[in-house]
Amino acid sequence: MIYNIPFIVVVLLIIVGLATVVFKRNLIKIVIGITIIESGVNLFLITLGYRENSVAPIYTFAPSTKMVLPVPQALTLTSIVIGVAVMALMLSFAIRIYQHYGTLDSRKIRRLRE
Amino acid sequence: MNMNWLLTHSPALLIAIPLLAAFLTPLIDRLSKRARNVLVLIVLITVEVVMIVLAWDVFTGNTHIYTMGASNPTATIPVQAAIPIRIVLEVDGLSAFMGLISATVSLAAGLYSLAFVRRETGQGRYYTLLLLMLVGMLGMEFTGDLFNLFVFLEILSIASAALIAYRFYRGDAVEGAFKYFVISSLGALMVLFAIGLLYGQYDLLNMAALAKVMKYTMLDKIALVLFIAAFAMKCGAIPMHMWVPDSYTVAPASITAMLVVASQVSLYALFRICFSLYGLTLDVTTVGIIIISLGLLSMFVGVTMALPQKDIKRLMSYHAISQTGYMLLGVGVGLYLIGKPEFSTYGMAAMEGGIFHIFNHALYKGLLFLTAGAIFYKVKTRNLNEMRGLAHSMKFTAIFFMIGAFAIAGIPPFNGFASKLLIYESVYCVSPILSIIAMLVSIITLASFVKVFHSAFMGPPMRNTKEGEVPKSMLIGMVILTVGIILFGLFPGWVVDHIVHPAAQALADQAAYIQAVIGG
Amino acid sequence: MLHTPSGYWDPLLWILALIVAILIAYIIRGFGRKDYKGGEQSKPFLSGMDIPDEKELHIRAGNIYWGFMEGLEGYYDIMKKIHTGVVNDYVAWFLGVSALLFIVILIVGVT
Repeated sequence: MIYNIPFIVVVLLIIVGLATVVFKRNLIKIVIGITIIESGVNLFLITLGYRENSVAPIYTFAPSTKMVLPVPQALTLTSIVIGVAVMALMLSFAIRIYQHYGTLDSRKIRRLRE
Repeated sequence: MNMNWLLTHSPALLIAIPLLAAFLTPLIDRLSKRARNVLVLIVLITVEVVMIVLAWDVFTGNTHIYTMGASNPTATIPVQAAIPIRIVLEVDGLSAFMGLISATVSLAAGLYSLAFVRRETGQGRYYTLLLLMLVGMLGMEFTGDLFNLFVFLEILSIASAALIAYRFYRGDAVEGAFKYFVISSLGALMVLFAIGLLYGQYDLLNMAALAKVMKYTMLDKIALVLFIAAFAMKCGAIPMHMWVPDSYTVAPASITAMLVVASQVSLYALFRICFSLYGLTLDVTTVGIIIISLGLLSMFVGVTMALPQKDIKRLMSYHAISQTGYMLLGVGVGLYLIGKPEFSTYGMAAMEGGIFHIFNHALYKGLLFLTAGAIFYKVKTRNLNEMRGLAHSMKFTAIFFMIGAFAIAGIPPFNGFASKLLIYESVYCVSPILSIIAMLVSIITLASFVKVFHSAFMGPPMRNTKEGEVPKSMLIGMVILTVGIILFGLFPGWVVDHIVHPAAQALADQAAYIQAVIGG
Repeated sequence: MLHTPSGYWDPLLWILALIVAILIAYIIRGFGRKDYKGGEQSKPFLSGMDIPDEKELHIRAGNIYWGFMEGLEGYYDIMKKIHTGVVNDYVAWFLGVSALLFIVILIVGVT
């Protein structure tokens, strides 16, 4: 049971992130919501690789031959880097939108509609 | 450097050359603007030529495999292993087909941009991001590895979002880019979650190796739903389509032409997942009906929302949604019939129609967006209420627009008619209602383009426009696409036999896909 | 020549047939009267109204297809209300469609 807690946390993080993106009106909060979802998915990827009583896969003369899977760690690193780029670009869009519209309320940034 | 070396290494070269050029462009931009333009043009032409060489070889029957980082690029499984270890690029018929589309439209858009963005600031960044978009598209098309698909998907969407906001001195451009980017990164994160689900079960990321061991468990079904929802959203299927008009309208016109191809690459990814990754383990009736319904909804709602629009590019972007519905309908019917005996009679024709429509749509929609950009270049507005009589001074643009409008409405002898005919005649055998709705949508498409042609080009000339046509490089970009439209329209039999049929065959044949990587 | 499930399509033959048809139409046109140009027959007709100077006559894009819009007014009202332009609604539609797909693929299945 205790080994399922990370998966439950993943689901909770993704639900909180989705609720933020759908219900919050401030653009910065929407960006934070996307970041929370990304953290949830990264945690999911890392947790997939865990094996009980294992060491980190970084040794040459390893104390034990049981190691956690290294591939999900590589995937997560790539995903974190992509998440940084996404967050930086989204925040710069939010700055520009504030310069043009004077507000960060998503209900008022609607020049493009219908 | 003989032809054999080129053919073996071309999948990696096609991704590496624009990537290196994208990193060189900002440096060369500091030295000289002309050198940067020359570099971008040379790279785009090289990619087009190498792509044609590779596609010629792939369409005559050889699927190309390239293992990144191995000493022998065509050996996928190392000596002591049982599964492919490194990232494998697999170029089969459909990948080469989509690669041709990406390379051609990028060349046309790049040529067009030389004159179109000449007066804007930050052109070095524009060309860098354009080359990165090309890298993202080619990477998504060639890869045989799921996580690589996600990485190139993100490269494509980040580069596209930055280019949509290129004219950041206008508020609506940044707004469109923000909306595109939020929903696009959400979709990509759902794709990553699904990839994690598949990896957790089977410990494999290679698509061919996964297809061999795929059992359709409950977790696989969840992953399939996430893949379908995310990729259908990325290609603009109703009802997740609302980012399409917002972002296509405000991007520079050449980037909109490339965004159309980017949406079609997501469509390719959807088909790759459904046909080659899951294959016959899926419940093909259910998934086929889902894709057919998405297609029908997209066709109908897309075109009826296009008719009342007053902004020329917004109207055309709703038509892009509607034509994506045709592709979903055609290939959805193919998916619905796969495994049944009717597949060889009309299921294959439906898939050929849908896949042929992808290429046709990229050509004529790209052309229409480029002409809309030419109108914006002359008149400085996109509002149809404020323009009239442009055919007096922009004769070539008017002719190209007319060819594009006839092609999209499915009027013979252009290429739109050929692919729509294939779709009508094969989809009719599943249920006549599908064909009827498709024809109705075609008529309303023609109606809305008659409206655009009348408002923009006919009537007395405007008083305060300069005389003359748009610059030559923009015309050359449009000519490339027009030549494609006319050639595909006059020789559809040759195109279907030699280009579309290998692509449809490669999509439907999961066993050949698996065998190219593992097998033999 | 493109072979479809129920027949074939050859655009070159079609163009040939089109040229022949245009020639026939041109010959028939040649049998008509030549004195119709420049009179009342060649002016545009707008239900008998007095039309303004022909050089300025142009119907703007918002007014074309007025009848179609009026006829489908109920449909367009709903559609315009749905397309709000708020980014939260875009994500809500995405989640709604994926929830629907979950129910269809996982639980029910279309038979």
